[in-house]
Amino acid sequence: MTIAIIDYGSGNLRSAEKAFERAARAHAHTPDVIVTSDPERVLKADRVVLPGVGAFADCKRGLWAVEGMPEALEQAVRKDGKPFFGICVGMQLMASRGLEFETIEGLGWVDGDVTAMEPADKTLKIPHMGWNTINLRPESHPVFKGLETGPDGLHAYFVHSFHFACARTEDRLATFDYAGTFTAMVAKDNMIGTQFHPEKSQRLGLELIANFLDWTP
Amino acid sequence: MTLKARVIPCLDVKDGRVVKGVNFVDLVDAGDPVEAAKAYDAAGADELCFLDITASHEGRDTIYDVVRRTAEACFMPVTVGGGVRTVEDIRKLLIAGADKVSINTAAVTNPDFVREAAEKFGAQCIVVSIDAKQVNAPGEPEKFEIFTHGGRNATGIDAVEFARKVVDLGAGELLVTSMDRDGTKSGYNIALTRAIADAVPVPVIASGGVGNLDHMVEGIRDGHATAVLAASIFHFGEHTIQEAKHFMNDAGVPMRLDA
Repeated sequence: MTIAIIDYGSGNLRSAEKAFERAARAHAHTPDVIVTSDPERVLKADRVVLPGVGAFADCKRGLWAVEGMPEALEQAVRKDGKPFFGICVGMQLMASRGLEFETIEGLGWVDGDVTAMEPADKTLKIPHMGWNTINLRPESHPVFKGLETGPDGLHAYFVHSFHFACARTEDRLATFDYAGTFTAMVAKDNMIGTQFHPEKSQRLGLELIANFLDWTP
Repeated sequence: MTLKARVIPCLDVKDGRVVKGVNFVDLVDAGDPVEAAKAYDAAGADELCFLDITASHEGRDTIYDVVRRTAEACFMPVTVGGGVRTVEDIRKLLIAGADKVSINTAAVTNPDFVREAAEKFGAQCIVVSIDAKQVNAPGEPEKFEIFTHGGRNATGIDAVEFARKVVDLGAGELLVTSMDRDGTKSGYNIALTRAIADAVPVPVIASGGVGNLDHMVEGIRDGHATAVLAASIFHFGEHTIQEAKHFMNDAGVPMRLDA
């Protein structure tokens, strides 16, 4: 199984690469994890991962600066239907628009806007940084197989100040509570995305990745 | 539920080796920071901190290899501090796999460096490390001053004002070390921690002076920090990470207790 992690200059991808390798081996896959900025390799991969750290607009510009990559993503994910995993800003880029510093179009795969988090309790710290539990929507998803969620469940590691406000609740796979309900994960068709960092979330993260590799949408 | 308090073991690293060693588990090589990091990852630490205290210029590149090997083996956030003075230092640490980089003296001598770093890499990965001492006489209003060079050099800068300033410049988190408590095992300076935590909107890590698990509870509950950093209490096997987290949780501080 070839897993393409897209490299468009948005930070270090070694942790993500190693997390996918470890998760794949844990579920008896033979991993071929590639970190690549080559659209051809994305088109040939079995699964596609879009990471991202920093600001929405910077990531969008960085991704669009890789010649042929937006087209390759559209083809691989939307037309060919390859399983797709967006991480943090990589997940936010699935949105219609980002409203961080300026309004900028996203990939438009999942309806909604990426906007500043505004918890009802103003004493809460921003960024939302650290470990939080997540709440799964009533209809589960294969990527959560064997994972305990809810207030007494496993924790995910978050670090962000903006959140994905989904236009349609059915696209919101999981939420977290921070004096308000915010999107922890989106899921639609062959795509999933996490606001948190699975590659930094110890057991929850590694199991989620392993389940993603098992998943046939 | 909201965010859990974080427990962050901190490893002092010199020329690529852990200072004094870590003897809380049977490590193959107690002086290898990566071995120690893996042990803390397995033990359920919420985050790990490396403090590079390498003095020589030649030895400074060793930290990149330590961070790179740690990031390949540990699936938790890693913060690296010590001697970070330029944008290039930060870039190299992030490329090696650090999640956050902490800036100490350079933030005091050149606060604009914080702005430059946050604009370039994002506030989420810029931690400013504040070393301070309480300087008011007993009975007088609380006053805290920034010190540099391991607490030897007074700067005349008010710690709370400095904290507000670096957050305005883009610091995403503050590591607040009470220099008058560091190494004393008498507990964090709660007044200092709380004064800064209440003054800024970003998360604060309490550091300096942990001697027992009650101190860690106090850092969160009374100091209003969102994370506690400790070194010797873990490295020398006095307490495990899980003991600390269960103790804090039982004391009413919500913790991540994932098995």
